[in-house]
Amino acid sequence: MKKIIHLITAFAFLGMLISCGNNSQNIKKKQGALGSNAAEKVYVAPGEYDEYYAFISGGFSGQLSVYGLPSGRLFKVIPVFSQDAEKAWGYNEETKPMLNTSHGFVPWDDAHHPDISQTNGVVDGRWVFINGNNTPRIAKIDLTTFETTEIIEIPNSAGNHSSSFVTENTEYVVAGTRFSVPIPQRDMPIKEYKGNFKGSLSFISVDPEDGGMDLKFQIMMPGFDYDLAHPGRGASHGWFFFSTYNTEEASTLMEVNASQNDKDFIAAVNWKKAEEYIKAGKGKMMPAKYAHNVYNEKTHTATSTMKDEVLMLDASELPGLVYLLPTPKSPHGCDVDPSGEYIVGNGKLSANLTIHSFTKMLAAIEAKKFDGEAYGIPILKFEDVLAGVVDQAGLGPLHTEFDGKGNAYTTFFISSEVVKWKLGTWEVVDRQPCYYSVGHLMIPGGNSREPFGDYVLAMNKITKDRYLPTGPEVTQSAQLYDISGDKMELLLDFPTIGEPHYAAGIRADIVMKNSKKIYKLEENEHPFAVKTEADTKVVRDGNVVHVYMTMIRSHFAPDNIEGIKVGDKVYFHVTNLEQDYDVPHGISMIGANTSELLIMPGQTETFLWEPKQVGVWPFYCTDFCSALHQEMQGYVRVSPASSTLPLSWSLGED
Amino acid sequence: MKALLKTAFVLLSFLAVISCKNNTPNETNDAKVDSPSENATTESQGQAFLKDDEATPNVLDIAIGSPDHTTLVAAVQAASLENALVNTGPLMVFAPTNEAFNKLPEGTVENLLKPENKDQLAFILKHHVTPGKYDKEFLKKFKTLGQASNENVIVEVKDEDVFIGGAKIIASVPAGNGIVHVVDAVILPNN
Repeated sequence: MKKIIHLITAFAFLGMLISCGNNSQNIKKKQGALGSNAAEKVYVAPGEYDEYYAFISGGFSGQLSVYGLPSGRLFKVIPVFSQDAEKAWGYNEETKPMLNTSHGFVPWDDAHHPDISQTNGVVDGRWVFINGNNTPRIAKIDLTTFETTEIIEIPNSAGNHSSSFVTENTEYVVAGTRFSVPIPQRDMPIKEYKGNFKGSLSFISVDPEDGGMDLKFQIMMPGFDYDLAHPGRGASHGWFFFSTYNTEEASTLMEVNASQNDKDFIAAVNWKKAEEYIKAGKGKMMPAKYAHNVYNEKTHTATSTMKDEVLMLDASELPGLVYLLPTPKSPHGCDVDPSGEYIVGNGKLSANLTIHSFTKMLAAIEAKKFDGEAYGIPILKFEDVLAGVVDQAGLGPLHTEFDGKGNAYTTFFISSEVVKWKLGTWEVVDRQPCYYSVGHLMIPGGNSREPFGDYVLAMNKITKDRYLPTGPEVTQSAQLYDISGDKMELLLDFPTIGEPHYAAGIRADIVMKNSKKIYKLEENEHPFAVKTEADTKVVRDGNVVHVYMTMIRSHFAPDNIEGIKVGDKVYFHVTNLEQDYDVPHGISMIGANTSELLIMPGQTETFLWEPKQVGVWPFYCTDFCSALHQEMQGYVRVSPASSTLPLSWSLGED
Repeated sequence: MKALLKTAFVLLSFLAVISCKNNTPNETNDAKVDSPSENATTESQGQAFLKDDEATPNVLDIAIGSPDHTTLVAAVQAASLENALVNTGPLMVFAPTNEAFNKLPEGTVENLLKPENKDQLAFILKHHVTPGKYDKEFLKKFKTLGQASNENVIVEVKDEDVFIGGAKIIASVPAGNGIVHVVDAVILPNN
């Protein structure tokens, strides 16, 4: 009997165990997907499309991921700063130049802040820009092909963090240096940082027709750390705002020494004034070394050009170019509301948010109400430019986005939450927890005059117990909230690639209509392209061999090659003759010390193979292209270096 | 046999508790598991309630594990600040002992623990937290510290003793996400 009682007890507890998901608290509060129809709100039925594209930074993966919202489905990882064997990015001969820098080939970077191009202050969906933080670079991704088509290195910069944000007609993509350095670089004692190290803010123009980037000018700044930035818009168009910390100009134990000043600054830069100064000949050309890499869609090939000078404007010498707005406690995020009036500085060691007024800033400048200067740059009085404070909103504020309906949303890292507050009254109206330690957040169209305002995506650094564990390294995550009502509602969380530093979102219909389906074969100007099987050939030039190869369902031409010798450098130039949507082919060769190629219809790509062993070696298609994919294969005969066997190639000959 | 069954019973109850991230205080009490961390608040969600017996204890674990800090822990729970203390930090917590709280005028603590004074209590507690992690020796380099309350506190050194906002550091315990300095007084904010 006793045993039976114990058994019953045990079963009762078992019942408790399995019913955990539905415990009383959940039911009462109607938390979770079923209670609130959250599942319906994020469900995109098979075959249907998402409402928004979200371009989410891959952080230390160096890449940019493309997700759909509200479903959180991952569509593509676009290789940007890191080699990607899947797509041969940085492995094939065509894209290696994209990763060239003044330091040589750099196959990785720390991708940070994507931003979408704009026309008249509204996201236009033509390009996404993203910065490489480590070896300073700005990349441009073309949203017709969803490929990286241009990367420009930023000289006189180190830790390219306050990037890559666009002005409201994409006049410029802007990049600020996080670390100040000697400009120009030189051999000097680190202890002499103060007054000698400098910061630089870079303005990269974007050609409105073809998107071509050009480093137009840089502004030399005091040796602070420049953390984040956003452009003015509307009335404040023509200005750019950068948050700074380490105005102490310390070079060691920054966690203490860069937190001594009660206030650092937001630097307000008048870039239209900069253009006037340049016209008046006030800029100085100075030596600089930086790479400018451009991918040509016609030749399917990138070229890297090394530049050797940059136009510099010195903020200390040119009045009216820069003003400093005191902002408490090492501000991190620097965000401008859709009207362009409010500039929000989030002191990351503060509990409060500081909001500056653009109108008040102009009035203070007009009245010359300055509170001293830093290296010749006027400092405005905190009280004169302050619009308001959101008091005790949370712990560790980082970033703010806007819904276009008068509300702002700020992430708090330490208290791990998104807080919604009202512009103008500065009152907190809602807060929702993040799981956990949220960094950036994104409202589609957020950095523009017209945010879409339906959703906010919070990006978390830590997930701990949120997913099935995967050993010590667990995924980072994004969390989607519905913000269409008075209260935010958590709908979904989903894993991200790398660390999601910021994202940019746009309504899908703006982008999808421009998406390319194939590359036209007749427009292919690759120097080693062949457009018919009859033109395929193998050409020897000393120990260099060029294979002009084609691929189509379901064979390579040629597929038998003889006369290759140990010690040769064999370049396979492979053209995909397909002109149908979604029929890529791949190719890889046994022992090739590089990745596969994944070649889109109408495209030509090249890989290098250096055979080291005598024998007959196969190659094959790596992308399941067709019903006869397994038949898509070929052989190369490799003879000894001393062999006199002539080159021959064939397809279908007995 | 009976003993074995009882063991199984206790183990099962324990499992039932730790596997429920959203369990309510009532369930916890029903299960009779004597762990202070499970004497949770009304909103027991987030990192604070994630059990982890492998990693170094965080500042909250340390406070909870200390018999001298039951008042502080009760205050943290009343102010729903648990999740802020288990964050990746780094966080430096100045933890007044029960004795330190007893030195306050009679009725002060009881008053602060009332639900209507939750914001005030949270503000005072945040005044005991610094974003950062410095040992006692290193703190001597500072003149002031910026607290999570948004106010500064003065750092004073008298002989070998370090005083933070007038409260003396009497012990220090490194934590996984920061450090706990035990202090002999409650640090009162100016506001």
